[in-house]
Parts: sequence; C-alpha cells; structure tokens
Amino acid sequence: MIAADLSVILPEIVLSLYAMAALLIAVYNGKDAVASLVLRLTVAVLFLAALWVGLDHNDTRVGFGGMFIDDGFARFAKVTILLAASAVLLMSENYMARRNLLRFEYPILIVLAVVGMMVMVSAGDLMALYMGLELQSLALYVVAALRRDSVKSTEAGLKYYVLGALSSGLLLYGASLTYGFAGTTEFAGILQATQSGDLSLGLLFGLVFLISGLAFKVSAAPFHMWTPDVYEGSPTPVTAFFGTAPKMAAMALFARVAHDAFGAATADWGQVVALLSVASMFLGGIAAIGQTNIKRLMAYSSIAHMGYALMGLAAGTAFGVQAMLVYMAIYVTMNVGTFAFIMTMSRNGQPVTDIASLNNLSARDPLKALAMLVLMFSLAGVPPLVGFFGKYYVLNAALQADMAWLAVAGVIASVIGAFYYLRIVYYMYFGTETDPLDTVETPLLTSLVVASAAVMVVGIINLFGVEGFAAVAAASLVQ
Amino acid sequence: METIILFAPLVGALICGFGWKFIGEQAAMYVTTGLLFLACLLSWVVFIGFDGTTRTIDLLRWIESGSLSTSWGIRLDRLTAIMLIVVTTVSALVHLYSFGYMDHDPQWREGEVYKPRFFAYLSFFTFAMLMLVTSDNLVQMFFGWEGVGVASYLLIGFYYRKPSANAAAIKAFVVNRIGDFGFALGIFALFFLTDSINFDVVFAAGPELAETQLFFLWRDWTASEIVAFLLFIGAMGKSAQLFLHTWLPDAMEGPTPVSALIHAATMVTAGVFLVCRMSPIMEFAPNAMTFVTFLGATTAFFAATVGLVQNDIKRVIAYSTCSQLGYMFVAAGVGVYSVAMFHLLTHAFFKAMLFLGAGSVIHAMHHEQDMRNYGGLRKKIPLTFAAMMIGTLAITGVGIPLTHIGFAGFLSKDAVIESAWAGTNGAADYAFWMLVIAAAMTSFYSWRLIFLTFYGAPRGDHHTHDHAHESPRVMLIPLGVLAVGSVLAGMVWYNSFFGDHDSVNDFFGIPHHVEASEGGDHAAEGADSAPAHGPVEFGGIYMAPDNHVMDDAHHAPKWVKVSPFVAMVLGLGLAWVMYIRRPELPGKVAAANWPLYQFLLNKWYFDEIFDFLFVRPAKSAGRLLWKYGDGATIDGGINGLAMGIIPFFTRLAGRAQSGYLFHYAFAMVLGIAVLLTLMTLTGGAE
Repeated sequence: MIAADLSVILPEIVLSLYAMAALLIAVYNGKDAVASLVLRLTVAVLFLAALWVGLDHNDTRVGFGGMFIDDGFARFAKVTILLAASAVLLMSENYMARRNLLRFEYPILIVLAVVGMMVMVSAGDLMALYMGLELQSLALYVVAALRRDSVKSTEAGLKYYVLGALSSGLLLYGASLTYGFAGTTEFAGILQATQSGDLSLGLLFGLVFLISGLAFKVSAAPFHMWTPDVYEGSPTPVTAFFGTAPKMAAMALFARVAHDAFGAATADWGQVVALLSVASMFLGGIAAIGQTNIKRLMAYSSIAHMGYALMGLAAGTAFGVQAMLVYMAIYVTMNVGTFAFIMTMSRNGQPVTDIASLNNLSARDPLKALAMLVLMFSLAGVPPLVGFFGKYYVLNAALQADMAWLAVAGVIASVIGAFYYLRIVYYMYFGTETDPLDTVETPLLTSLVVASAAVMVVGIINLFGVEGFAAVAAASLVQ
Repeated sequence: METIILFAPLVGALICGFGWKFIGEQAAMYVTTGLLFLACLLSWVVFIGFDGTTRTIDLLRWIESGSLSTSWGIRLDRLTAIMLIVVTTVSALVHLYSFGYMDHDPQWREGEVYKPRFFAYLSFFTFAMLMLVTSDNLVQMFFGWEGVGVASYLLIGFYYRKPSANAAAIKAFVVNRIGDFGFALGIFALFFLTDSINFDVVFAAGPELAETQLFFLWRDWTASEIVAFLLFIGAMGKSAQLFLHTWLPDAMEGPTPVSALIHAATMVTAGVFLVCRMSPIMEFAPNAMTFVTFLGATTAFFAATVGLVQNDIKRVIAYSTCSQLGYMFVAAGVGVYSVAMFHLLTHAFFKAMLFLGAGSVIHAMHHEQDMRNYGGLRKKIPLTFAAMMIGTLAITGVGIPLTHIGFAGFLSKDAVIESAWAGTNGAADYAFWMLVIAAAMTSFYSWRLIFLTFYGAPRGDHHTHDHAHESPRVMLIPLGVLAVGSVLAGMVWYNSFFGDHDSVNDFFGIPHHVEASEGGDHAAEGADSAPAHGPVEFGGIYMAPDNHVMDDAHHAPKWVKVSPFVAMVLGLGLAWVMYIRRPELPGKVAAANWPLYQFLLNKWYFDEIFDFLFVRPAKSAGRLLWKYGDGATIDGGINGLAMGIIPFFTRLAGRAQSGYLFHYAFAMVLGIAVLLTLMTLTGGAE
C-alpha cells in the first residue's frame, strides 16, 4: 500500500533526498568551494528529472488517499518547471560567481523550491496544497535575500516574506472555510459537496480567499504589489527564477484548485478570475510604461502576462486550460531568454538594469540585439512570432467561452503593452549612445538568448508539439 | 512562340529596370529594344501564319476560389493577332525612336541616369498591353488593363520635376479609375450571371443574358444591356470618350514617344478592343450599342472642333486621336466590329507616325511645341516633313473615290462612315452626319498643322530656327517603317476587314454556318428579327445573324461613298485659304466669333466644369475629413488616450507602488473586499 503511494511521489522523494544529501556533503566538504560543482550537478539532476517525468506515460495515478495526484496535467507542469529551473540555474553560475554570490545553498534551495512546486501541481487536497506552497515559498524567501550585504536584496526578501505570510493567511482562512462548509479537505470531496446546486455563501467566501492566496503567488493584480520590489531587489538569476518556474507552478495549482475542487462552480470563479485577468493585463501594461529599470519592467510584464494566462483559465473549459498551459510554456521560454539577456548587461563589472544603457546596442552587439528584438516582439505578441500564438490561444479560449469582452480587453491591453517592449527595441536600434555596456564574452548566456529567440521564430511551424501535450494535459484535468 | 511574345517585354523591363547598374545603361537599352523587336518579328509570324481558328494556350493557374477559376492563358484569335502586331510593331519602333529622342533630354541634369527607367517603363507597358489583348478571361484582362494604367501613369509623370506632368499623371489615373469602376462592375455582373469569367463561357451565355433580368440600383434591367453598358464605361475611360476624355490631352505632358505608343496607337484603343472582344455580349444589347454609337459620334465631333483651334502641336494630335477613337466606336456601335478593328489598325500606323513626326519636329526645334513659333520648316527637316505629309494624307483620307486605292485612312475611315450610314440603330443617322462633318474638320486641322509648321515664313525665335536640324537616323527609321504602313495598310487588308462576307468571316475565323443560316438574303431580315437562340458561334468577333450592316454598307449610294472625300477636300481647301493664301484670315475669323473661339480653345470648358462639379467638392470633403475627421477626432482621440490618459494612470500606478509594506497589504485587503462583494452580489445562489 505504502509502496504504491511512494511510487507515485517518487520523483519528489528522489529530489528531496538529493537536496539533503547535497546539503550534508557540501557542509562537510568545503562549503562554497564546491558550490559550482553542486550547481552543475543540480542542473543535471533537474534536467534528468524532467526527462524522467516527461517520458512517464502512466495514466492518472492517485496516492495517499487522493492527496497526491500524478496525471498528465501535473506532468506537463512539472516538466516545464524542471526545465525552467535547470535552465535558470545553468545561466546563473557565471553571474553569481563573478559577484561572489555563489553559495552552495543556492542550488539546494532551488531544488527544494522545485520539490514544493511539484507537490503543488500534484496536490489533490488542501493539505498537500498548503505543504507544497509553503515549501516553495520558504525556499524562495531565502533566495530572494541571497545577497545579504545588499539592502535592496534583504528588503526584497523581507517584503516578500511578510506579504507572503499574509497571503498564506488568506489562503489558510479560505481553506478552513472550505473545509467547514464542505466537510472535507480533499478536492474530490469538495467537488462532490458542490455538485448539488449553487455554492453556499461560506464556500463562496472560502473560494474567494483561496483565489486571493493563489493570485498572490501568480502575482495577479491587485495582489501583485510585491512583484516589482522583489524582482528589482533580488539578484538577477533569482529574479529570473521567480519569473519562470514558480509562475508555472502557481498557475497550474490555480487551475487544479479551480477545476478539481470547484469544477462545478465554473461560473462563480470564472468571473473572479476574469476580473483578476483584466486588472492584471491593464495594470501590468500601464505601470510598465513608467519603468526605467528593466527588472521592474519585467516584473510588470510578468504581471500582464499572468493576466493573459488567467484569461485562458477564466474561460473555464478544457480548451481554456490548454490555452493557459501553452501560454505559460511560451512565456517561460521567452522569460528565460530575456533574463539571460539582462544578466549579460553590465558596466565595469557591475550589473546594470537601466534600460537607457541599451542605447545603440545594435551597433556593438548586433546578434544579441537582434535576438532581444525577436524576444521583445514575441513578448508584445507581434505576429508571426510564437508569442502571438500564445495570445491568440487565450483570446480564442475567451471567445469560445462567450467572454468576448474579456478578449477585447486583452487586445486593448496588448496594444498598451506593446509600447514598452517596443521602447526597448527603439533604444537598442535608434538610441544615441551614452555610456557603453561592457562587452564581456558570455557564450552561455548569449547562446541561451539566441536559442530562446530562435524558438520564437522556428516555433511558429508547430510550437514544437506543445499544443498536443497541453491538450492531453488539459483533458486529464478537466473532465 | 506566343509565350515568348508575351514575356519578352517583361524580361526586358526587369533586366533594364533592375539590372542596368550591372550591365550598363546602353546595354540595358539594347536588351529591351532587342527583345521588343524579337516579339515584333514573332508577332508578324503569328499574324501571317494564323488560320483564323481560335486557340487557347494555358500558362498557369492563378486564383481558385469557390467557383471562380482564373488562369493565365493566351487566347489566340484574329482579334488578338491584330493587336499583337499593332502593339509590338509600334512599341518596337518607339523603343528605337527613343534612342534618339530621349538622348540629352533637357529635363535632366548632367550625369543623371533616366533612360533605363524610361525603357523599362516602355517595356513594362508593352507587357501589360499584351497581357490585356491575349487574355482568355476577364480577370487577366483586368490585370493588363490596370497594368497599362500604371505604366501610363508612370510615363505621363516621367518628367517628375514638372508639376504639370505630375498633375497630368494623377488626372489620367483618377479619370481612368472611374471607367475602371464600370469595367469592374461589368466583370462582377458577368461572374454573377454566368458563374464564370472565361470568355468562352461568358460569350456562350450571350443569348441567355438578353432574356435575363438583373436588378441594379433602382430597377430591373436586361442583363446583357447593363453588362454591355458597364463594360463600355470602362472602355470610355481608357479610350478617352466624351466626359472621360479630359485626361488624354493632358497626358501629352509625357515624352513624345510615350504619346505615340500609349496615347495614340495602343492603350487608348484598348476600349475599342474591349467592345470588339465582347461582341458576343454587345450583339445582344441593342440599346447599349445605340449609346456607344451616339457617344462615339459625339466624341468624334467634339474632339475635332477642339482640335481646330489648338496651338500646341501635340495637343492637336491628341484631340485628333480622341476624335478618331470616336470613329472606331461608331463602327463598333453599329455592329461592324471588323471595321472598328480596321480603323484601329490603320490609325495605329498613321497616328503613331504623326506623333513621332511631331516629336521629330519638337526635337528639331529644341522642345518648342507651339505651332505659332514654327513655320517654313520643310526645307530644314525634309525627311520629317515627308513623313508628316504621308501621315496627314493618311489621316485625312486621301484616295481615289469609289475605288479601293488610297492611303490607309481613306479606306478605313470611309468604311466607318459607310457602316454608320448603313447602321440600323437609332443613333446611326446622327453618327453618319457627325462623322462626315468631323471628317471635314479632321482635314482642316491636320492641314492647318502642316501649313503652320512647314510652310509660310519662320516665326518665333530666330535662334531656334537657325539651329533647326534633321533628327538622327534612329528617329527617322521608325518614321519610314510607319510611313509604309500608313500608305499600304488600308489597301492590303481592306478585303479582310471590310470586303465581302466570306473573306471577313475567313479572316476572323467566324464559322460559316452562322452566315449560312442567315442565307445572305436581306428579305429574311424581317422574319428573323428576334435574336437567334441557337448556340452562339463566334470566332474572333461575333456578328448576330440579323446583323447585315456590313453588307448594306457595301451597297451604299454613291453620294455616301463620296461624302467623306468631299468633306476632306473642303477642309483642305479651307485650311489652304486660311493659312497659305491669306494668313491674316484666322485672326479675323477668331475675332469675329470670339465667344465661339474661346469656347473651342478652352475645350468646351469641360475641365472647368469638372473642376467645379467634382474636383472642388471632393477636395473640400477631403479637407473636412482630414482636418476634423482624421486630425481632430481620430488623431486627437488616440493621442489624447496615448499621451494623456495612459500616462496619468502610469503615474498613478507608480505612486501606488510606494515601497511601504502596509500600502501593499492594504491593496491586497482592498482586492479581497472587492472580490468578496462581487461574489456576494452575483455568485452562487444570487
């Protein structure tokens, strides 16, 4: 019995064991001296785990009495999370080493956060949900404050922690309300309890609090306020991590709670999610216009993008979930490339994040400028790049769910959003040169930027089959 | 072979237009001209070897959409063959002529390269024109139709530093667009009615269309009438018929070789070609054909009157072209399409020659175009004089009355006038008299041009006259070739176009049993008044079984046959009196009839009326929409939104992002409150 349960959760167990073993070994064997080795090993382990999970073709399996679900949806999210985490780790080594930030705890914390995320996306119970969420969050609070000697970094960690605690409180309150009115913490049980007729007011409140807690994790407006400060204050690789894997995990968890637990009340949470979606899209677009710091700008950009992903979810259909998954996969890929680019920005060895420093980059580094141009166009959703298809998917999902107003709002917001992406391109190509950036050779980062841009161009052929995987994943979630 | 004819000019245009930098200016010009002569040679081979049966050569498929199936193809019949030789011959000669004429053009500064562009445009025009005439469906024809429009626009505005040239180019384009609108509607109507745009299918539907009713605008019309009428609107634009003629005289702003090629011999005849090509439809639209006849005759008369008093040598010829196109439409309008094509062919020769001759004069006189500054040039430029003389003899129709011996214009124009006399539709009699009067005026203004230019005492700048010189050989050779055509074209092909029924049918490949069913007996006319309902048999052109106009024309009384000759002699005599014998007379006549003179000199005030009726209202409407519609409303709205409202919210969002934790927490609580309120109001049981 317990063996069957354990086999369902085996990847998570293996990763946890790896994290603990690595911690022990590193502590007793040179600490930060082996940080680089640990990091590389972690990259490999995460990548292998992604392969392991990805090539697993089991049907839906349930462990621990329904608390842990391993289905196509979870696997899709896990593969994305693992790949994103390993890519971000890979590109952070050089950056961290040069700034003397490469501690051996860093990769280990990331692994633990990843385990938390994997539990999140597989959660079949409010308990499991909370466990995964907190494991993830605690690890993230620490890495946000990784640069202990920097005021901004510690401030970011602290803010994140305090607000995160508040959101956890909201979530727990929602969970307790739900438990109180549904009589169970199990998703399947909640679904059964809500099957008959309309939700009671208590369950509605529970739902809203749950959604609020989750919205904090995906940084949807108006629960987004921590995002710009944390993005700006954290070391750039950490920011890159924040922008990718946790977003995917939180979004997947969102979808799981919405469909597995409250699948009978689609109309109820649909409108709340739609509201969050519109608020995020517009706030992300409008506030980003005023930013001069590229990391803050990317923070607002991610807020806006979460708005689009939520639009897919708001549709409340299997197609909507598929659209959301496709959108997130594309978003993560774009963000990996963009943050790789940001990491290459430095002057006199110090990281630079002012977008005015990109002035006239195209003359000095045409390849990188071109790749960044493609990424920016893709983020803005300019056809025929892949980013456009992501937007097309979610808009289509909203349309098919008779939410034309939501789709229209999305289009308008994307027009506003195009402005700040294009401004970066403008600086790179038409800006007058001020103080040039360093031209340090960073072959790994550059190739990641270029590869990500290439995916945006080549992917228009068939999106690398992501559509099909996402469709299978969505079908396993929404029945 | 046909494919080579069609694409040689395109290849030339591409090589010359884009490749001259690599192969050099001279080489580029030689390539286009060489390819054009190749196309010309092959065209003559096709024309002479053509046996009259229609053939279709498929090139490739173009548009497949629903039941619309469009292909690129060549429809080779007699009509196409005639147009092939007209287009390629004149075009090849004009290419050659341009070597001399465009050399050292004073419009361009030293070192500027303009000739390859000119040659590329000419070749492109030729390609588009060939596309038009070889098309086997309406859409491809429309492609060619628009292609020649574009080429015409580019060439009229070739001297783009001259504001007047730019204005003329735009005018030509816009006026043509009105006609094109009609043409496009005609194509749509045909597709709507027959579900096809292929000529074979469309033509076969002719009798059916005559009995179909089509609702258009406010009432039902006979389908064939409305289609024929719409197509003719298109033809009116291209062929500069009355009301849509205003662009043609202005088009003379283009270089003279352009005027010869596009605005005399080829493009402007596309309208006539269209009417003849669509003869299987036109034959079932008697009312539309009456209109064609009427408008053609009126244009012939109107343009001739204006031509009487113009002083610019090219404008005289331009109005002459306009007038001669009217002749062609009359012939087509009364149902004798072969004669329309006959006049088109001969006109191409002598009018191209007149233009090229005029170009030679202008070249000799250092780009002076006002005839009042010419005079006595025949000794200075004798070869040009000879050519112009032949051209004038041809256009005025000099020949031996009651025989078939004479210059090209004599035979074809007399054929037109006799056809008009024999015509059965309501406007035919009107057309006959108009054309005879126009013939007298044609003679007058043509001789006036000769007398003012080549006779009398030199007028104007002495310096220019002293330096007048004969044009180089490359300009004279085309004149010589065209002169041969102007003299012989009429006599050689008279029988094929306007001889007895059998030879015309043979020439155009019209199946014989159509004629047999008619029996050739005029007595059958009454009994057979309804259109035939059998399958329509057509070759290059189609003449309904009850269409006896051509035979009747042959039996016209002697006074009809002599009348154009008499008119010509009258015009010649009057011109001689006024410009040779008593040169002071024109001034007095003009003074005595001042209002009439002004009326004619200002081209019946068409430009002014159009300006008042259409141009100015359109401009003010445009300005209104621009200033208030676009500028204030749209730009203002978008800019206000983008530069006022959005930045306001941006600042607001920036302020909210204060950095204080309690502000952030407050925002979250606020969010929760809003969501809870929303849920309570709308969610669950509510």
